Amino acid sequence: MDLLKMLEPGLPVTIRDMSPPGHVRTPKYLRGKSGVIERALGPYENPEQRAYCLPASKKQLYRVRFTMEELWGGNAENPHDTLDAEIYEHWIEV
Amino acid sequence: MPHDHHDHDHLSPSGHPYRQDNDEALTYWQTMEIAIRELLIEKGEVTSTEINAQIDAMDARTPTNGAKVVARAWDEPDFKAALLEDGAKATKEMGFDIGPMNLVAVENTDDVHNVIVCTLCSCYPRNLLGLPPDWYKTREYRSRTVKEPRKVLAEFGVNLPENVACRVHDSTADMRYIVLPARPAGTDGWSQEQLAELVTRDAMIGTGLPLPAS
Amino acid sequence: MGGDAAGPVPNDQHDFALWEKRVDALMILGSARGHFTVDGLRRCLEDMGEQAFEEMTYYERWVASVNQNLIEAGVYSLEELGAKMEEVKARGDTYGSAQDA
Repeated sequence: MDLLKMLEPGLPVTIRDMSPPGHVRTPKYLRGKSGVIERALGPYENPEQRAYCLPASKKQLYRVRFTMEELWGGNAENPHDTLDAEIYEHWIEV
Repeated sequence: MPHDHHDHDHLSPSGHPYRQDNDEALTYWQTMEIAIRELLIEKGEVTSTEINAQIDAMDARTPTNGAKVVARAWDEPDFKAALLEDGAKATKEMGFDIGPMNLVAVENTDDVHNVIVCTLCSCYPRNLLGLPPDWYKTREYRSRTVKEPRKVLAEFGVNLPENVACRVHDSTADMRYIVLPARPAGTDGWSQEQLAELVTRDAMIGTGLPLPAS
Repeated sequence: MGGDAAGPVPNDQHDFALWEKRVDALMILGSARGHFTVDGLRRCLEDMGEQAFEEMTYYERWVASVNQNLIEAGVYSLEELGAKMEEVKARGDTYGSAQDA
């Protein structure tokens, strides 16, 4: 699942929609939602392994920007406002 | 110890003053804290000196750290550029080490207002702002800020005009965030010390604005 | 949590109690010793479920999580913890009197 190259800012991406039990750092409200890469942050240890004191592999971490319209549809307070969140590469689909 | 202040009327058997909150009935979780701490000390994992030093360091970290960073960014364009480029590196050079995390500084302008939240827990730039305020950790703030930030900001007294974009930052992983507020008008020629006086904690979370110059 | 409906943000502020600061210090020192990670702390907080969030204070949840992680890391046993907690309780009825061995 490791991405071969870094994703560039502006690239459209979608967050994977899955719900494994246990500790993940991808909030439920972002799963299945689409946004764009805001910036690449570099490799960080996978928290899904760190949480269980397992040896952790490095994953690329990105800031992904979503519009409020994408997240909340017609219920968005202001459709053009944005939300940025940090997402690990294995939760990102290009 | 600096954190053992006030309430000198009551002295413990060891002769140290109790804090007010030490006079309440002992709870299950307080019992657990004492037990864990003593077990760790008995097993040589930590010393009471280390624990006290950690608490003193915690007490020494306050939003005045962040205010110094903001005031410097207002005053020195090169530092501001460095802060926005690599927040951890720029603040570490000022003596505020964020440790293994990274710091992202986000800038408020005439067109953009930023606000920080951690929906998953309570991630917060402790090295710059100290411990997070209670409201930052509440279900209400964490649930609503990602969906209706303008209403939340209004509750804090910040009313964003429609033409100002609101950018919410959910601190989901290894980054910590600080808002670089816009420099208040009428502060030309002010020293960094004077500027820092205007920088509130909430202005650096995004739920507030700097104090006006007057 | 993120996106859920909720009421006005409470304007709570309180100075942290000594026992709360000690929990915070134990979390930092325990993870610095390599016994757990901040992700392990979060995992146990999440595993406590919604009810714990309603019924326990912030540092009550933290001390429970720090304990769970230290038990899992084998730093002390349940028996040792149980015996120590009884010993602590026997010292006095307030935090002030129970904290002094």
